Amino acid sequence: MMVTRLKDETRIETTTKPVLRPVPGGAHIAVRNLSHTYRKADGRVLDALDFEIQPGAVVALLGRSGCGKSSLLHMLAGLTHPTEGEVIINGNVVRGPSPKWVMMFQAPSLFPWMSVAKNAALGLKFNRRTGEIAKRIPEILDLVDLGPFADRNAQELSGGQQQRVALARSLAPSPEMLLLDEPFSALDAFTRRSLQQDVRRIAKDLGLTLVIVTHDVSEAVIMADRVLVLDANPGRIADDTTISLENDERNASAERFQSEQARLMQIYTDVAHGDAAAPLS
Amino acid sequence: MSLGADTYRGRAALALPKLAWFRGVANAVIGIAVLVGLWWLGGVAVANNPNMYAFADFAPGPTLSALRDMVGSGEVVGMAWPSLYRVGAGMLIAVAFGVPMGILIGRVAILREITNVPFQFLRMISPLSWMPIAVMVFATWDGAIVFLIAAAAVWPVLFSTAAGVRRIDPAWLKVARNLGANVVHMLFTVILPAIAVDILTGLRLALGVAWVVLVPAEYLGVTSGLGYSINDARDTLDYSRLAAVVVVIGIIGFTLDYLFMLAIKHFNWVRSAD
Repeated sequence: MMVTRLKDETRIETTTKPVLRPVPGGAHIAVRNLSHTYRKADGRVLDALDFEIQPGAVVALLGRSGCGKSSLLHMLAGLTHPTEGEVIINGNVVRGPSPKWVMMFQAPSLFPWMSVAKNAALGLKFNRRTGEIAKRIPEILDLVDLGPFADRNAQELSGGQQQRVALARSLAPSPEMLLLDEPFSALDAFTRRSLQQDVRRIAKDLGLTLVIVTHDVSEAVIMADRVLVLDANPGRIADDTTISLENDERNASAERFQSEQARLMQIYTDVAHGDAAAPLS
Repeated sequence: MSLGADTYRGRAALALPKLAWFRGVANAVIGIAVLVGLWWLGGVAVANNPNMYAFADFAPGPTLSALRDMVGSGEVVGMAWPSLYRVGAGMLIAVAFGVPMGILIGRVAILREITNVPFQFLRMISPLSWMPIAVMVFATWDGAIVFLIAAAAVWPVLFSTAAGVRRIDPAWLKVARNLGANVVHMLFTVILPAIAVDILTGLRLALGVAWVVLVPAEYLGVTSGLGYSINDARDTLDYSRLAAVVVVIGIIGFTLDYLFMLAIKHFNWVRSAD
């Protein structure tokens, strides 16, 4: 494990220089010296984070509850502003939400008075791209396997289907980056697995950058190319590791999946128990 | 309506066959029959009482015949139209003030805290107690009546709107913001559809109060409307006509309430979990 860490340490050293160029297909993210404090008395939630995410990468932010991973994701989405430091996407400092980076939440939060198609079209409507709805929405609903459900009321769908509508809603404005805040944790195991694989596949097909917040080690192994393990109080990146699995190995029965999962679980447990070496960031 | 909603309704209709509809209608007929029966008994008692027989025209027979004449001659339209206009105008003012104010109070905590006591205080004042002031302030009788109705109707609309706004799932607003919604989108795509039923429920309650306030308000100087017709019939001792106007007031009130109920059903997006 020390070897892995050393290797990752080197990688972070070498990538600290920002690559300030817009990349087609996926967003490039640079987080610079980012710290966050909600109330002074509570101390820092996030402490001096510094990392980059390459375009088209699938990165998991793994950590226990309260480590600030969800706050970090909100900052990447521009929904919260960090107390210190900045988030740079494709060379521009993030100052607010944008249809170029869309966040998906734990609850699909569809509008229950609308059909599936209308829900999926919200992003286009809000960005004055209503002209694209007629062509784009059927395509997107097909992509998430909900084509025949376009005219159904959102409330009549199962939890997994609703989350697929939320995915379609996020994908419709053609974002460069998707930010997922534990979006599958309320689903049953079977539905969760199929969505995890589908979201990874769709992100890879479209070349999107995908950032997933999770506390589920197996979710990180199934979906991510790279995992940032966060320490709590204050939130720091305690480990930065690569999941080198082929797509067909990303299922629980594959041998290499199990060894990667065991390795990540060990890192996660070490970090959680505070046994980890000094934080990297 | 979506295909799915129809399927749902279809399933509900299968689970409770037409028997339920028939039973509802039959029970309503029984209820009306009991009411008319009691009315008839009262009429018989009055007719047989030497001190009261002058009021025998209140009985169902004379009343319904007066009502038939009123409807047949179209007089009922001329009678009801000014009243409907006044209630409509009053309700419109109540909506124009109550809905935006309700949204603000629901969204802004400080505004809610500041307005809570004064609004609850004003709400508890009978709208009719504004009558002398309204008469002084407004140049026309119509203006005074519309004001009284608006003063009665505004509170249910305002409080119901505010309560609806406070029940909006914050995640809906977060999702909308995340997808790039501006203030206009927030209002017309998220907030108003989300609280449509609350506004309509407030309007339904408001209508109940407004319709009650209307009749005494029309005892004021006006020479048209249902309240005026009651007063007029009393003064001319035409009791069958007076009772007929009472029936007309009941029928119109019931119909308006029913229309609001249909609108609420139409805009209600909550699907039952069956």
